[in-house]
Amino acid sequence: MQFRHKIAGGDFAKAGNVASSVKKILRQLNIDHTVTKRIVIALYEGEVNVVAHAYSGIIEVDIDEEKIQIKITDKGPGIADIEQAMEEGYSTATPQVREMGFGAGMGLSNMKRNSDSMKISSIPGEGTIVELTTYIKPDAR
Amino acid sequence: MTVKEITGIIDGRVICCEERNSTSVEYAFASDLMSDVLTLEKENMVLITGLANLQAIRTAEMSDISCIIFARDKKIGEEIISLAKENNMILIESPHSLFYISGELYKAGIKSIY
Repeated sequence: MQFRHKIAGGDFAKAGNVASSVKKILRQLNIDHTVTKRIVIALYEGEVNVVAHAYSGIIEVDIDEEKIQIKITDKGPGIADIEQAMEEGYSTATPQVREMGFGAGMGLSNMKRNSDSMKISSIPGEGTIVELTTYIKPDAR
Repeated sequence: MTVKEITGIIDGRVICCEERNSTSVEYAFASDLMSDVLTLEKENMVLITGLANLQAIRTAEMSDISCIIFARDKKIGEEIISLAKENNMILIESPHSLFYISGELYKAGIKSIY
């Protein structure tokens, strides 16, 4: 099962719409409650990151019997130092993002904690790709 | 403790999904930082916040939080209420501060998460 969603940078009113629709699908598929929660939290943080930092983005979700793969590709400023960006507390968020309740430098680490594997690649000035994989049955990790 | 009892303790007014006010709550977390809320693993909890925007509702949706208390009489817009309704979420407005609400609920036996 595959889905593709476009996201507009700066559109805070819609941030979370993709995570919300994925949550409904996972619930319909009877995916374990704890696994669903991890996936949608990681996805929601990723979605907020695109809205907060990029000009536009695409989220691709691929669900099979054993795992859920999420690929978030954005066009934006990119991340010059990924290691630094992963540090809890490091943030380049604008005051507007902070007013939304984010921008404390916790997003990427929340995404990592809530997925079984996370890969980030980025070209400064072009954009960032984040790939998340989470196994549906926790013992399959 | 039920949501109805909590509403009484904090002089609250339920503005969404009052029919669910017999829902029981064991824990509370007070924060305006949604990323912090998204780290919580507990359920059966109420979120106390001063952040009156759509992201508070979305965060509660992702975290399976079914009740939010908005402190200090924040103006809760129609868009927020309608998203909460979609998610069967109880919204409570209280005139009191985050500190007062937290203190009263703690005193009444609601547990802290950390």
